[in-house]
Amino acid sequence: MTVSAIKTENLRKEFGTQIAVKGLTLQVEQGEVFGFLGPNGAGKTTSIKMLLGLVKPTSGTGTLLGAPLGDRPALARIGFLPEHFRFQEWLTANEFLQLHGELLGMSSRDLNLRRDELLERVGLVEFRHKQLRTFSKGMLQRIGLAQALMNRPALVFLDEPTSGLDPVGRRLVRDIIHDLREEGTSIFLNSHLLSEIEVTCNRVAFIRHGEVVRVMEMSALGKNLSMLTIRAAGLTAPVVAGLEQWGSEIHVDGDTLTMTIRSETGLPEINHFLVMQEVRVYGFTPNRLSLEEIFIQTVGEDGGL
Amino acid sequence: MKQIWIIARMTFRETIRRNIVLTGLVLGLLFLVVFSLGFSDIYGNLLERAANSADPYIKTMNGEVVSFLTMAGLYASTFLSVAMGALLGADTLSGEIASGTIQTIVAKPVRRAEVVLGKWLGFSILLAIYCLLMCGGTLLSVWVQSGFIPRNVVNGVPLIYLESVLIMTVAIAYSSFLPGLATGGVVFGLYGLAFIGGWVEQIGALIENETAIQIGIVTSLIIPSEALWKRAAFEMQSPISSALGVSPFATLSVPSPLMMGYAVLYLVFTLMAAIHIFNQRDL
Repeated sequence: MTVSAIKTENLRKEFGTQIAVKGLTLQVEQGEVFGFLGPNGAGKTTSIKMLLGLVKPTSGTGTLLGAPLGDRPALARIGFLPEHFRFQEWLTANEFLQLHGELLGMSSRDLNLRRDELLERVGLVEFRHKQLRTFSKGMLQRIGLAQALMNRPALVFLDEPTSGLDPVGRRLVRDIIHDLREEGTSIFLNSHLLSEIEVTCNRVAFIRHGEVVRVMEMSALGKNLSMLTIRAAGLTAPVVAGLEQWGSEIHVDGDTLTMTIRSETGLPEINHFLVMQEVRVYGFTPNRLSLEEIFIQTVGEDGGL
Repeated sequence: MKQIWIIARMTFRETIRRNIVLTGLVLGLLFLVVFSLGFSDIYGNLLERAANSADPYIKTMNGEVVSFLTMAGLYASTFLSVAMGALLGADTLSGEIASGTIQTIVAKPVRRAEVVLGKWLGFSILLAIYCLLMCGGTLLSVWVQSGFIPRNVVNGVPLIYLESVLIMTVAIAYSSFLPGLATGGVVFGLYGLAFIGGWVEQIGALIENETAIQIGIVTSLIIPSEALWKRAAFEMQSPISSALGVSPFATLSVPSPLMMGYAVLYLVFTLMAAIHIFNQRDL
């Protein structure tokens, strides 16, 4: 049996009377790129901090790469780019990666090799001898990402990895995530940029009020959860009632009908049904529900406040 | 152990890169210049007076003045070392927690205790160098100009160093749960308390007031920093000046070796408390 990259059971964190994370239960398999979505204040960063041993859970348990939370040999196989990345700004880029490589227990030969490789990968080779205090936000994020990958981690936590980046930087991060995925690295990605999540993740969890409210395969996006818009004449009450066998939330406005269909496979059947009912169809448009729409649907318009 | 050393090196580098050491060195150098010029002038005066006087005790008197000045210089060196210790320690954990730089460190395979011990070690090495430069500079200046060396320097200077490390350790402990500025306030407050307590004790000893002496001892138990200086001064000053009376550098009521042992235990306990508090904290 393979070991899960992340497994948690009812992780809970209270700060005084305030509940930051109510009960986090989730499982991320090795090699998965897992998106962690939720509105601000939903407890995403606190959850990541609990997983990494920065914050002590009030109750609940969890494992990373099969080891209990905070286990040091496991931490040596994990990478982390924090949300409000602030690094030792008096160090040069070289020294910064050196420090983190040493803390990870890397041999000096391997460390030098990997450092040069990553400086190249994040495009900071020419700045390697500059102190981090002279870096722009985007450059800091790049060096932070390099730091998180020093040990060729089996599991990487990226908390808002693209928030400070321009489009070029974002593209770079996306490419790096893609490469990591190819190499079989598990990635736990916390981001507000849903378009990024859409193109990079295998699976996402929606979190609200410190609880996972829904876990979704990204492959399901556009297959199982589609909207259908029909423009037609003759949308009588029996026809509308008949359509309920393929979906729900049916709204009719004049000659336009919208509905949520359960499965893409229903589309030809609906088409056939309409023809048989002698409905005159002028438009038949299935729409994929975007991740953003699912997000709003799941956590609510109020953002879970 | 390896992790402690990595953190110590990082800490050491930080103090240099952030110009903390440079500031301390500039201030220290300024002090040494002022002290040397002052000493030179007064010592010239003393030699002149001795040459023109028939008083058989003038040489002894002059020797006492030189000793007094040396102790004053060492006292200032102590204060500078202590201030350096307080400033280094006060912002170290709190600053890194506030800025978030601690997060990528603690998420590595590093024990939190190793982070605290590494910082402590880095600062201790730095303070050793600084203390040696300050006390050594003072002593060298006096020796070059007058040929005078206080007795028991090898006992006294390490006690001064111990005082600066003690204050630094206390600062680290408070910075594990208080913000940097508050820590600085608390540490200097405690230092001031010990200073006043020390004076109350000395005056108490002079007028033979037992209660005043007890108050001094109690403040030494709250924080034994001044007791370390008193003991260092007792070790190094001339026996005559101890008998002469009250000055910040004279010690009528001498802290016992037991108190020195207490100071070491105090330091160890404070360091352990810092580790414990930091271990429990959410970062």
